[in-house]
Amino acid sequence: MIKLNARIPEGVLSEKWTNYKAGQKLVNPANKRKLDIIVVGTGLAGASAAASLGELGFNVKAFCYQDSPRRAHSIAAQGGINAAKNYPNDGDSVYRLFYDTIKGGDYRAREANVYRLAEVSGNIIDQCVAQGVPFAREYGGLLDNRSFGGAQVSRTFYARGQTGQQLLLGAYSAMMRQVHEGTVKLYTRTEMLDVVIIDGKARGIITRNLVTGKIERHFGHAVVIATGGYGRAFFLSTNAMGSNGSAVWQVYKKGAYFANPSFVQIHPTCIPVHGDYQSKLTLMSESMRNDGRIWVPAKKQDAEALRNKQIQPGDIAEKDRDYYLERRYPAFGNLVPRDVASRAAKERCDEGFGVGSGLAVYLDFADAIKRLGKHVIEERYGNLFQMYEKIVDENPYSTPMMIYPAIHYCMGGIWVDYELMTTIPGLFSIGECNFSDHGANRLGASALMQGLADGYFILPYTIQNYLSSEILTPRMNTNLPEFEEAETLIKERIAKLKNIKGKQSADSMHRKFGLLLWELAGMARNREGLTKAIKEFTELRNEFWNEVRIPGDADEMNPELEKALRVADFMEIGELMARDALQREESCGGHFREEYQSEDGEAKRNDEEYMFVGAWEYKGMYEAPVLHKEELNYENIKVQTRNYKI
Amino acid sequence: MKILKFKPGIIKYNTMNFILKIWRQENARVKGRFETYHVSGISPDCSFLEMLDILNQQIIDKFEKPVCFDHDCREGICGACSLYINGRPHGPDSAITACQLHMRKFSDGDVITVEPWRAKPFPVIKDLIVDRSALDKIIEAGGYISVSTGGVPDANAIPVSRKDAESAMDAAACIGCGACVAACKNASAMLFVAAKVSQFAQLPQGKIEAGERVLKMVAKMDELGFGNCTNTGACEAECPKEISLQHIARLNREYLTAKIL
Repeated sequence: MIKLNARIPEGVLSEKWTNYKAGQKLVNPANKRKLDIIVVGTGLAGASAAASLGELGFNVKAFCYQDSPRRAHSIAAQGGINAAKNYPNDGDSVYRLFYDTIKGGDYRAREANVYRLAEVSGNIIDQCVAQGVPFAREYGGLLDNRSFGGAQVSRTFYARGQTGQQLLLGAYSAMMRQVHEGTVKLYTRTEMLDVVIIDGKARGIITRNLVTGKIERHFGHAVVIATGGYGRAFFLSTNAMGSNGSAVWQVYKKGAYFANPSFVQIHPTCIPVHGDYQSKLTLMSESMRNDGRIWVPAKKQDAEALRNKQIQPGDIAEKDRDYYLERRYPAFGNLVPRDVASRAAKERCDEGFGVGSGLAVYLDFADAIKRLGKHVIEERYGNLFQMYEKIVDENPYSTPMMIYPAIHYCMGGIWVDYELMTTIPGLFSIGECNFSDHGANRLGASALMQGLADGYFILPYTIQNYLSSEILTPRMNTNLPEFEEAETLIKERIAKLKNIKGKQSADSMHRKFGLLLWELAGMARNREGLTKAIKEFTELRNEFWNEVRIPGDADEMNPELEKALRVADFMEIGELMARDALQREESCGGHFREEYQSEDGEAKRNDEEYMFVGAWEYKGMYEAPVLHKEELNYENIKVQTRNYKI
Repeated sequence: MKILKFKPGIIKYNTMNFILKIWRQENARVKGRFETYHVSGISPDCSFLEMLDILNQQIIDKFEKPVCFDHDCREGICGACSLYINGRPHGPDSAITACQLHMRKFSDGDVITVEPWRAKPFPVIKDLIVDRSALDKIIEAGGYISVSTGGVPDANAIPVSRKDAESAMDAAACIGCGACVAACKNASAMLFVAAKVSQFAQLPQGKIEAGERVLKMVAKMDELGFGNCTNTGACEAECPKEISLQHIARLNREYLTAKIL
């Protein structure tokens, strides 16, 4: 058993990162050329890491399943990126961003990592501006900021409603510059199917070429996983269709610990489900809560009449509207963190006050339009309003939007130490796919910050501390038995799937599984449901391995095979999520256990017993995983009940 | 009327039927052909890609190979989807990608033709999927500002007028889908290249390499077999992000300046 050691540097919090950098080992330029680094995933974290490592002179191999790295799902992030620049002079600081992030995460994140994140946040903005990212500007030519949930300052930089796109294109361009320089080699339409471990260290990966179906082997002195979250386990989510948890799951099965798998974020402002054929959900940026007011009818009969389309939202008098977030949380109002806003919406709908299909609440801009004028709202959210209108066929300038929570982001992920290294030496995990910075709930505009912090400013340092001891390791031949064995196992797995020749498509089984996961381990969880989930997921998994149907061949482009491989992993991930949610007998952040709530429905944390990171160790297909605990110590922040009321 | 089992409410909708003529092609080496399919019971709120999902489920039920098409984010921003629907890139709606096209834009009983992007630099990989890596190669040739990580000035040390920043953002909105190429009778990638050139040319950070950048990117575009621009404006009309021809004008200006100086 590996003892969990986060390897946090000594010293006072604000000096840890400086001290680390001063004391760490580096690799000299001549040796960098001799070292190969594999980066899997080309989103914000992967692309920024590949670019930065290439610039330093390492040999980088970057992999993505999409046809171009520019399509990674970071591109869909809308609202913005946080940084403690304090440009608006409203009282922000590195400490405050650190404090807000720890508090927003409900005191389940590691202090040292979060402080470092806040520390480098300003550098990210500088870097992106230098790359030509067209952030929003004031008339004087300086950068504009807006506010986001969970903070009382304006620290969010943005590029209209396309911040993720612009930041990703910045990182992508930087990486393509390195492709041109020859330091980064790009493998598109290539999916990682396993990691290869030699003498206890990560030494390469096995991939499938999605065009030809060819299984290929790649060596690296180190392997970096930057493959994002596993939220599409739920089938319906705001993630891209191809987003998956397979890379993360394979490294878990090879010995990397999986931390807090049950910490999944449910985003409060998504366009509601409109049919059983639906393939994904679309997010409406949280930034809209700056100007939009959330409400449902105060009377049940009004809600029912609205659902039956007998009346219009405009027919409800002001006094008959329940602005429930403003009512429950006067201090933060519509800008409470995501987990709080999501649960409050669910509570109203469960009580019978929902509109639309019954699973929707209003996000109303009428007041903002009256106050600021339509043109201001159009300038701020124009593209989002247009997107809403295209999907829902209603004009949000004249009628309130309908929204409902949906799965959006995974706080949980591969356990990493301060250096972002997993429990497998030489295997690193960055961006959403690690667990490190957001605790039990992520604040809005912090995902982009973390992805780029890891890729531009943290990993390029910490990976050298590891690689400095690898400079004498020659490039290994991929004919070694470890590569051979990994490839054989994958080929067997694919052949097994192909030979099932059952009756159900991968999508239909995924949909069934996703619904069950949402019902039993989604926004509200309880002991009974979670226990049932573990049992039913096992049954569903058996059904999958007896029933799935994959037309076409393995040695050609075959999206059904790709899906089946991912769904098989999602089903196993779901079970670990349920186990983790079951062991955590408290409510914190995105994890809400119905047994642990106050009389007015607020989450009840249990710091005495659960102030730890729950890291799971894989023990084999037929054995229960083992839970390891990393105790969290708060030395620089006073732990208190999260209160957004006063 | 079909009734969905939603708790606690219900959604009712009238369904639609369509006849689909879809381009099927095993791989780049063999000839393709149109196949006809029927889909029924489609909700008007269903997106075009969800309608294709329903078709593919029907095909899988017969244990045949489903139609391959590129798609990922399904919210109009990743640029993966690349369907030529009834003779138009991304189909009969404006300012959207195919994933945001909804069946309510069609009439019940319509015959819908679906093809891949047709352009020499975009060879078909399978069915409706084409290889657009040529666009990455153009970016690789110079579609960036040459700064490495670290050592950059404070973000507010580089003021940019709001007008320039907004105009740069208009250009930067390009999603790299290739609809401009598919729409162009010359298969020119001019709008794609112009979007990047224009974004950087309007920012002080990008001005330093502006001349070199435009020459390299245009040379690469020509080398990869994209056609010339004859100003027909089809690209602008079909661009899902409504990128303006003005950026092509700016590219031409930048190109001429760079050539002369």
